[in-house]
Amino acid sequence: MAQATLRHDETGDVPVLGPGHTYGTVTDKISSIVLTEPPRPGWIFGFAVSFVLLLMFLFAVLNLLVRGIGIWGVNVPIGWGFDIVNFVWWIGIGHAGTLISAILLLLRQDWRTSINRFAEAMTLFAVSCAGLYPLLHLGRPWLFYWLLPYPNTMALWPQWRSPLIFDVFAVSTYATVSLLFWYVGLIPDLATLRDRAKSRIGKVIYGFLAMGWRGSARHWHRYRTAYLLLAGLATPLVVSVHTIVALDFTVGIIPGWHTTIFPPYFVAGAIYSGFAMVLTLSIPLRSYYGLKDFITDKHLDNMAKVMLVTGLIVTYGYLMEAFMAWYGGNPYEEFMILKDRPTGPYAHTWWLLLLCNCTIVQLFWFRYFRTHPIWLWVISIVINIGMWLERYVIVVTSLHADFLPSSWGMYHGTIWDYMTYYGSIGLFLTLLFLFIRVLPVISITEMRELVHEVHERGHARGGPAVTPGTAHP
Amino acid sequence: MSSESIYQTHTRDALPPSAVPRIYGLMAEFLQPDQVVQAAKAAYAAGYRQMDAFSPMPVEGLAEAIGFRRNRLPLVVLIGGLTGAVTALFLQWFSAVVHYPIIVGGRPFASWPAFIPVTFELTVLFAAFGAVFGLLALNGLPRPHHPVFNSPNFALASRSRFFLCIQANDRHFDLDKTEQFLRALNPREITVVEA
Repeated sequence: MAQATLRHDETGDVPVLGPGHTYGTVTDKISSIVLTEPPRPGWIFGFAVSFVLLLMFLFAVLNLLVRGIGIWGVNVPIGWGFDIVNFVWWIGIGHAGTLISAILLLLRQDWRTSINRFAEAMTLFAVSCAGLYPLLHLGRPWLFYWLLPYPNTMALWPQWRSPLIFDVFAVSTYATVSLLFWYVGLIPDLATLRDRAKSRIGKVIYGFLAMGWRGSARHWHRYRTAYLLLAGLATPLVVSVHTIVALDFTVGIIPGWHTTIFPPYFVAGAIYSGFAMVLTLSIPLRSYYGLKDFITDKHLDNMAKVMLVTGLIVTYGYLMEAFMAWYGGNPYEEFMILKDRPTGPYAHTWWLLLLCNCTIVQLFWFRYFRTHPIWLWVISIVINIGMWLERYVIVVTSLHADFLPSSWGMYHGTIWDYMTYYGSIGLFLTLLFLFIRVLPVISITEMRELVHEVHERGHARGGPAVTPGTAHP
Repeated sequence: MSSESIYQTHTRDALPPSAVPRIYGLMAEFLQPDQVVQAAKAAYAAGYRQMDAFSPMPVEGLAEAIGFRRNRLPLVVLIGGLTGAVTALFLQWFSAVVHYPIIVGGRPFASWPAFIPVTFELTVLFAAFGAVFGLLALNGLPRPHHPVFNSPNFALASRSRFFLCIQANDRHFDLDKTEQFLRALNPREITVVEA
């Protein structure tokens, strides 16, 4: 599975699409995973494992609803534990999907085409997981609507000056816009599935979802406008969401939270972990479903480069945090950042975090590690773990030792914390496995456009032209 | 227009006018995006206006070639975004200043810098609604049934083929002449689309 060198085309560029593809072949290849193939053994196995984890999640949540959040490890002073760690981790993972689908679209990076659908689905499912945690942490989740501004008999309104209320609006807007963006991108592909489905039920369901899309030139024109505008809207949105998540911490005066570097380095960290998750998922996917012509080594290489850049920004964030703790002269902050984290009771998490996030990513300076899928896959998992540890360090160590030693305490996740955490991974993977089976994992429409572009470029260079419409009619 | 005639004969000529399949237009099928753009330009130059082109992906210049000029979607999105901003500001101002003023941390009631994040989020949300629902409304979707789906090869419009349809309600439409005109554009096939 590992390839020693990148495949080059005749002009020396690494292609973003395998050779010989036409409008018809990309359509058939991608839609066949959904329409004609029976479930593969690997899919059934993966789905079964994920589903068991999901059941564990439901069990843990049921127990939580019955017995209350006392079953978790949270206490006074550490009122935010795994729930907020996981919330930030999941929402950060989601951000890479928006980055790939929106920001890289605006930057005209055509290599994004074959991974954007998949990354957007990942965003949606990660945000679903993220959104559950603050709700479960409410203690009485069935009263979640108290967070929203609605006329009520108590005449109460949300506290508009609180980042926690910003967060309600940011996360719900983000989830909604991600869903709309994803669905708009899917409409033409749903029409393709409608026209190609063999079974009656497939025709009806895809036909219903495609809403009668017929590929009219006028419709395409507006469609492109809508898609670009949505990308333009999603770009500042994704930055605002993680900025607001960072404000949840920075507005609090807790040493270790109260710092202005948080918003930018949270955003970088989100993209970092999100790309790591895209790699973790797409490397097995492309190998198992034979999609290496579409998700090429070029994609892996580019994603590794993005991770290297964001990893360096995150490292810079850690350095600045430490520098400001010393330079700022606040004894509590200095104690937290420079003494308690490296040498205190949670020191092992801090050192492990530096190893995962700042050290191992340096391997991506070497092309060898950027182009070997096995190495990439392992490193991407290490970075996922590192980013989880980062949030653990920020949330837990900052709370466990604040201003007065009399209010210090210790926190450890209980079995229920772990079950909820691993269970939410089960929820995420279950949704992904279902997605792979019922919707095209790669945007067929955009792949056709890519075929057209590659064909045009071939003409311009006088290269051997496969006429994309004629072969395999 | 007696109802008897339907039972007496099955030939098309004898059917009453209401039972003869009405024609929606003529559909020409092409293999390449460039061909359909050229064909659309030629049809526009020949005076045809009531036409539409269909393709499996957006084709550069095709909408312009069939005479599509005004795209009002950006305006809808702008209106959506402004609505969101005004809604959010009003909601926060009304609740914090008028309906239930309460002093928090000694801040003024109308502490507008703190109102900006929610205002931004709702601006984006309403603009996105404008983009998606505006797209559907202007495109006339959802519309599961449309005459062009009667064209026999039309399922390929979502796979690999490109179509140009000149509609029967065009002033210059004439079944024979329009077919000759389309034939000259060298399509793969021409079919009559029933309404």
